[in-house]
Amino acid sequence: MSATKSASKSFFRSEKWQKYIASMKYAKYVLFHPFDGFWDLVHERRGSIAAATTYLFLFLITRVIQLMFTNFQFINVPLQYINIFEQCASLLFPFLLLCLANWSLTTLFDGKGRFSDIYMAMCYALVPYTLIQLPLVFVSNIIAFDEAAFYTVLMSVSTAWCVFLVFIGLMQVHDYTPGKTVIFLIATVLGLLIIIFLLLVFLSLLSDALSYFISLYREIAFRLY
Amino acid sequence: MTVKVMHRLLALIMTVIMFASININTALAADDGYPVSYTYNYDYWGDIRESPDAYRVDQVIYSVDLGLDTAMRKPQSLFVQGNDLYVCDTGNNRILHLNRNGNEFTLVRVIDTVLGAEPNTFNTPNDVAVDPEGNIYVADTNNSRVVMMDKDLNYVQQFVKPTDSTFDQSLSFLPNKIVVDKSGRVFVLASNVNKGLVKFEANTTFTGFVGANKVSYNFFDYIWKMYFSTKEQRAQQVAFVPTEYCNIYMDADSFIYATNISFSEYDLLSDVAQPIRRLNGIGNDILIKNDRYPPIGDLYWVEQSIPMGPSKLVDITVLDNDIYIAVDQTRGRIFGYDSQGIMLWAFGTTGNSEGTFTSAISIEHMGKDLLVLDQNGGNITVFTPTEYGNLIYDASESYLKGDYDGSAEKWEEVLKLNANYNLAFIGIGRSLLRQDEYIKAMEYFEMAHDRDNYGRSFRLYRKVWVEENIGWVVAVLACLVIIPLVKHSVNKIRMEVAAYERNQVRK
Repeated sequence: MSATKSASKSFFRSEKWQKYIASMKYAKYVLFHPFDGFWDLVHERRGSIAAATTYLFLFLITRVIQLMFTNFQFINVPLQYINIFEQCASLLFPFLLLCLANWSLTTLFDGKGRFSDIYMAMCYALVPYTLIQLPLVFVSNIIAFDEAAFYTVLMSVSTAWCVFLVFIGLMQVHDYTPGKTVIFLIATVLGLLIIIFLLLVFLSLLSDALSYFISLYREIAFRLY
Repeated sequence: MTVKVMHRLLALIMTVIMFASININTALAADDGYPVSYTYNYDYWGDIRESPDAYRVDQVIYSVDLGLDTAMRKPQSLFVQGNDLYVCDTGNNRILHLNRNGNEFTLVRVIDTVLGAEPNTFNTPNDVAVDPEGNIYVADTNNSRVVMMDKDLNYVQQFVKPTDSTFDQSLSFLPNKIVVDKSGRVFVLASNVNKGLVKFEANTTFTGFVGANKVSYNFFDYIWKMYFSTKEQRAQQVAFVPTEYCNIYMDADSFIYATNISFSEYDLLSDVAQPIRRLNGIGNDILIKNDRYPPIGDLYWVEQSIPMGPSKLVDITVLDNDIYIAVDQTRGRIFGYDSQGIMLWAFGTTGNSEGTFTSAISIEHMGKDLLVLDQNGGNITVFTPTEYGNLIYDASESYLKGDYDGSAEKWEEVLKLNANYNLAFIGIGRSLLRQDEYIKAMEYFEMAHDRDNYGRSFRLYRKVWVEENIGWVVAVLACLVIIPLVKHSVNKIRMEVAAYERNQVRK
């Protein structure tokens, strides 16, 4: 009993945990001082992958809570057809692909950021979504449909803030000029499409190959039978 | 030999079982776009929901039953006045006058000559109308006239091609559909006139066009045509012209309902195509659309995996309670909408059995009974509302009258027969809201996904709640303000004490 207590105590006093808490708290600085914040996040090692992943999970959880508990006046979700894991995957997969596409492009055009840096910056940029939309789920249950303006404005503010942070984040991580960042954002989207295309081609080839072997097996099985 | 037969039999049985199981599967699936029963409705998500039958076939009237020597050939239109039914038997150049007595339809007379007119016979008449005095109007298409006769078939006057300069004189005047209002004004839907309905005063003078279809064109088509085509190319391309209506109907308040079947099908769901319109005096569309989906007929256009295109609403009729009913030729289907544009039911299909159509062309109502004309079969199907159909009518009629609680009782009855009926939930919710039962009303509105009414009752509920719990609300708010204030001042005093002590020590 006392042993586990002391162990947990020592865990919360450990340097690792302190670093994690500090990097979590650092998000507040990033939100309001994005230029400084993102620079120090990666170049001064103020952020951590653990904290970034935590924020990514919070984002996914926010999305799920939003789908489940937002009042029906403000959201159109046929809950009977919704699969939570599908929803999470549909956010997580493009997000990671976007990071990958950005990394594969910028690494060729003297971007300073490593993959982990890009991932970290993108995750920290998602914080406003969680911060604003989670309380909005509660708010949606205490306002009526004709007061929706309040709700929609805050929704768009959160999205705009996220986009702004992604832009600044990538700019600081790669040490790019704003113009170059814009060009590479567009290129990243194109890269994303190419990756998806290649994945689809690969999958269809795979299924063709598989069906070939399956039919081969069947043919043999029938002959022998 | 017998083994072979046995094999074949087995194979046959297997295929039958396979087909049966496929059919069972489609019947079980909720959202595959196939109608699975004769009568259905759409829920909030646009999924098809089976429903009890709103109408049943009462009888089918064939030419033989009426004692006609020559069967009806390509009849195009029906007209009802009181118990009289007029059938425009286009292919035989005649009008049939039928009378309904109880459930029996009998032939009164065959109208094929107009006494004293020149010419005195019809040439492919496409529509017939009767005014309150009993004068009969016939759209005598290939004679280029609308001929008017009194009830004894004596020629009165005719409406011919206007000599006015607004009417393109190079076109021939081919009246296709007509309606006559209470004061004897005639509105003509003429083929190849795209400026709208041709309007004649009671004294046959032409007074202009009413309610032209809006010209619709694609943005890119416009740019291409205006800036990238030569004059010669432009002359060869199709001009941007409004399309013609398909059919017209005049309701009890003298508003003209028009249906339209030529549009791009992608404009349907965004409500640009507007296949059903209600035209006011100056020709603007004033149809009310308060549903999530506009009144376009079917929302799914693929049937048994064959794309059949959108519903082709060839005719429309309006009941006295402002419920309008349109008939679709593509799938032989009949759609009922209430005055708010909310679908009440849809039923019917193509086929040769009773209650199905090979090519429905016209619809009329006699009281609440529906009469549907099939142009290929040359028969008229009479539908009467079932208990369920009548309940829906009663409920919406008592609501229109202002008897909200009576209407709610009717909706309760409807819900017992069909638990998927959104309108019933809204009707009951409204009545509950009037009785200040906010929470219950909110439950009903939520089931029907009615945001506006839910919001309304929620605001009232919130007001009551805040008034009841104002003490707690103030207390919590006060705590939220006071606790940090106290904390702050306590900290401040502590700091001062500490600073004072430090000074003391230093001294």
